[in-house]
Amino acid sequence: MNLDFSIIVDALPKMLTGIGLTFQLLILSAILGLILAILLMLMRISGKWYLSWPAQVYIYIFRGTPILVQIFIVYYGFPQLDFIRDSFLWPIFRDPFGCAIFALTLNTGAYVSEILRGGVLGVDRGILEAGSALGLSTRQKFIYLTTPIATRLALPAYGNDIISLLKSTALASTITLADMTGIARTLVAQTFAPYEIFISLAIVYIILTWILQKSLGRVERYLGRYMEK
Amino acid sequence: MTELALIQMTNVGKFFGSFQALKGINLHVSKGERIVVCGPSGSGKSTMIRCINRLEKHDEGQIIIGGKELTDQVADINAVRREVGMVFQSFNLFPHMRIVKNLMLAQRLVRKIPKAEAKATAMEYLERVKIPEQADKYPIQLSGGQQQRVAIARALCMKPEIILFDEPTSALDPEMINEVLEVMTDLARDGMTMICVTHEMGFARSVADRVIFMDAGEIVEEADPETFFDAPRNARTQKFLSQILAH
Ligand SMILES: Nc1ncnc2c1ncn2[C@@H]1O[C@H](COP(=O)(O)OP(=O)(O)O)[C@@H](O)[C@H]1O
Ligand SMILES: [Mg+2]
Repeated sequence: MNLDFSIIVDALPKMLTGIGLTFQLLILSAILGLILAILLMLMRISGKWYLSWPAQVYIYIFRGTPILVQIFIVYYGFPQLDFIRDSFLWPIFRDPFGCAIFALTLNTGAYVSEILRGGVLGVDRGILEAGSALGLSTRQKFIYLTTPIATRLALPAYGNDIISLLKSTALASTITLADMTGIARTLVAQTFAPYEIFISLAIVYIILTWILQKSLGRVERYLGRYMEK
Repeated sequence: MTELALIQMTNVGKFFGSFQALKGINLHVSKGERIVVCGPSGSGKSTMIRCINRLEKHDEGQIIIGGKELTDQVADINAVRREVGMVFQSFNLFPHMRIVKNLMLAQRLVRKIPKAEAKATAMEYLERVKIPEQADKYPIQLSGGQQQRVAIARALCMKPEIILFDEPTSALDPEMINEVLEVMTDLARDGMTMICVTHEMGFARSVADRVIFMDAGEIVEEADPETFFDAPRNARTQKFLSQILAH
């Protein structure tokens, strides 16, 4: 079969009108997810069972179920719950964008909290002991030693999660959102040219992934400048 | 005598689970004294000095540092830690901070010293350990000997009453051992109260007021260096010394 380039040339600008929504989904859920992840991680390492237990159950559930199912539960399931319909949160869950952000945040939060925990556990115990020996409090050690070192340790894995989050945003198209993938699906329905359109969509994602990867690499090198001889 | 003692350990015991790492440790150190601790690996040397600044919590007996007893009181522990510096075998510099920041951090956070003053103090001690030109580097860019000298300077910046050394030269290449021992000897000459876990017998002979030999969690022998090296009384000490001096 031959690719019809005129369809691609026609479709690309239309798909790119969805890039703003893709970015909104990515950035908002990345930021909210990171905040959630930090909370979950702190609960997990608190050493208090009534904090670490709920966090662990939460992480287990969200890592153990497909993100698409999570999005469907929020989008199709929540409106059936009276207490949600009656609550101040209803404006969020009535809106597919709110549902997508909510589900993506909860999902990425679970993964990232484990990544952050790995970073925190990776901090050399001797360094923290040196902090204690100098009289630093637990809090000061956490802020000035653990956090910066763990951040650098967690960054490569965190970058991978951001990249998979970018691709997960495509799932928002299943609940009517017109992100790049959503627009592509509409175009396919109109033009009956799935190859051209989905291949050009794939290329756009590849380019975005490449840009993300490069930027994350820069941040990594900047934060890791102390690791170079 | 006891009133002047900066460190008083009385009948101190320490358990890791059911394993007893320290048994009936009695150690009194007066201001300005230089103590060398030696003994076979696993004999409890590190555990003993780590109890002094409560990196380990003792289970039995009493430890009083500069008049403050070590209990669970966080305020007292921090007060003691301000007065007790420690130098580790593996340096334990803060890898993400430049050398000068390594020296400033605790001054700023713990002693609440203004930035400019903390920096001046940091540079002063870097001069003392003879590496002021390394101030803006990261720890990984320094040799082992330089890193350990930075670690000593970092401890000194807090103006401690006592410094504990836990095998400070054991992780170093042979050609770097002397530069670190020189700094430690200088400190001793200036009257710093020191407890050094080390197997550097030359250092022990020239610097120590007392040498303590530990085995299986106990202090087995305690003597001035001449007696200790030339006429050890205990059979275990004799065996240990013959092994150490064999190479
Ligand atoms: N955190 C720990 N948990 C369990 N056992 C320990 C711990 N630290 C030290 N020990 C044990 O206590 C004993 C004394 O250790 P240590 O004080 O490090 O000896 P040294 O410094 O003389 O080599 C050893 O048998 C060691 O295995
Ligand atoms: Mg040891």
